[in-house]
Amino acid sequence: MSVQRRRSTRRIDAVFAISARAAGIALLGILAAIAIFLIWHAIPAFGKDQANFWTSKEWSPDGTHRYGIVAIAAGTLISSAVALVIAVPIALGVALFITEYAPKRIARPLSYVSDMLAGIPSVVFGLWGALVLVKHLVGVEKFLNTAFGWIPLFSAPKSNFEAPIGSLFATSVVLAIMILPIIAAISREVFRQVDPANKEAALALGATKFEMVRTAVLPPSRSGIVAAIMLGLGRALGETIAVALVLGTSFIVQPHILQPGGTTIAANIALSFGEAGSFGLPALIASGLVLFAITLVVNLIARTVIYRAGKVERAAVA
Amino acid sequence: MSSIAEVQSRSAIPLSELRPGSRRRVVDIVARVFVWFAFVAALVPLVLLLYFVTSKGLPYLTGPFLTHSMALVPPNRAGGGIYHAIVGTLEQVLIATLIAVPLGLLTAIYLSEYGRGALRTAIRFFVDVMTGVPSIIAGIFIYTFWVVGTGHGFSGFAGAMALAVLMLPIVVRSSEEMLLLVPAELREASFALGIARWKTVLSIVLPTASAGIITGVMLAVARVTGETAPLLVTVFDNPYINNDPFHAPQSAMSLFVYNQAESAYAPAINRAWAGAFTLIAVVVILNIGARLLARRNRLIR
Repeated sequence: MSVQRRRSTRRIDAVFAISARAAGIALLGILAAIAIFLIWHAIPAFGKDQANFWTSKEWSPDGTHRYGIVAIAAGTLISSAVALVIAVPIALGVALFITEYAPKRIARPLSYVSDMLAGIPSVVFGLWGALVLVKHLVGVEKFLNTAFGWIPLFSAPKSNFEAPIGSLFATSVVLAIMILPIIAAISREVFRQVDPANKEAALALGATKFEMVRTAVLPPSRSGIVAAIMLGLGRALGETIAVALVLGTSFIVQPHILQPGGTTIAANIALSFGEAGSFGLPALIASGLVLFAITLVVNLIARTVIYRAGKVERAAVA
Repeated sequence: MSSIAEVQSRSAIPLSELRPGSRRRVVDIVARVFVWFAFVAALVPLVLLLYFVTSKGLPYLTGPFLTHSMALVPPNRAGGGIYHAIVGTLEQVLIATLIAVPLGLLTAIYLSEYGRGALRTAIRFFVDVMTGVPSIIAGIFIYTFWVVGTGHGFSGFAGAMALAVLMLPIVVRSSEEMLLLVPAELREASFALGIARWKTVLSIVLPTASAGIITGVMLAVARVTGETAPLLVTVFDNPYINNDPFHAPQSAMSLFVYNQAESAYAPAINRAWAGAFTLIAVVVILNIGARLLARRNRLIR
């Protein structure tokens, strides 16, 4: 190889290495830019607000110029929390079913199917949720109200169930169905990482299947499960279109999840964006900034848990 | 692995050996029932969803539906179609892929071949964090940065950038995983022959990992094809055919479904179901294609 050629090769090598590095840094730059642009465009909203953005339950930026995060943030948190309560036990059950209980012949196709279902677009979930599921949930809502109506969460007047309505509960059910495949897929991979020797040891000591799961599968998977739940929560918090189709924009704090009313930050952005004016747009962006901050914290927690747990679990949590 | 699984299922203590009514037996049976219940409970809504979308959407999925736009079709009238939205989605997803794949692949190459120390750790960590950015936030970002920030207004290209933001972390993660699976011996053999690093990466490492990388890209494409929220604030929707992704609002298949679903009129709802069926069909085909390709991946099996 001539000296000249070797030199040009080395130069190409350096250029290639630098551009790869630049791409990586660009990615960090994009994430930073998201934060910067959101903050920059949200700032006017705080100044124009005739109420206190952080404590007001109103949302009328283009009308009375009074708006605050409380009502939409409450709807976001309540619907996501209820969705988690519904989805997590079922998702963990599904993951255990696929890894430990299902006959091996159907376990593999099942995990393909559940991965594919995780890819169904949210607008389709929203369409089905709003037009089909809400109607059929009335019975469930009635039952919850009769059985647990003494808990404020489930209280509702009798007239509540005369016509199907998009309640926070219905929203939570749709969200739960949407995040279920994600939580199940991640937990499934986490359970797969469990050392078979531990499971065999438990069985050799005379454990039943459930005792084996409880003593050998669940404890080493704990951080992976936490991460899976947090990632599911992140999805639920940020879900936009499905919520927008099931819920409307009703800016009240609605702690009674069977009654109509309440909306979420993301759904409000989608629903109010089209008609938003010079006050509305910054206000929506400010609410988006809050959502971004919340999901960022949730994701940071999830990722920190995974990184602490080590390499194996990072591989599992795709 | 299969033998271990078989041994396990056989060596779990048979229920018959536990005293009927004993606590251990009851707990084990309850757990078994719960796990089966969970499986059925997870499957039922998804089967119902697919059933409804197919039964309500398929009858309206006609030739004219696929070849007409919504120009001059009022929401309370039948007719019109999804053609303009298919054009929009194709262009937006293609541009998003053209942005996200080179950038994502280069980042993955950096992470697996060149990177070390704190910068690599930081990029890895924040790529993972980026997968959790809500899609509406990606849309609002492009809206502030491009649509109003630079004054370009709504366009298919703005939507493509928002989709690229969502695709990037997926492409990086899946490509990096594939690159790390390429055996170190291949790289070493190439270096031993005096081949430069960049050439080793481009002509040895990338081709070896290509099937896996393409699978990852297809899954990312499938994921963003169904995205609605970011397009709502960047592409905006347009009932007319707009072939130019760089100027004026466009439509997209997901936006089509959303806007028809928002209407109270039956003809619009029918169009929404047909659009949803089309959208699911595209996403499922992309997914199946990706899985078939993954089967040919020598690195995984």
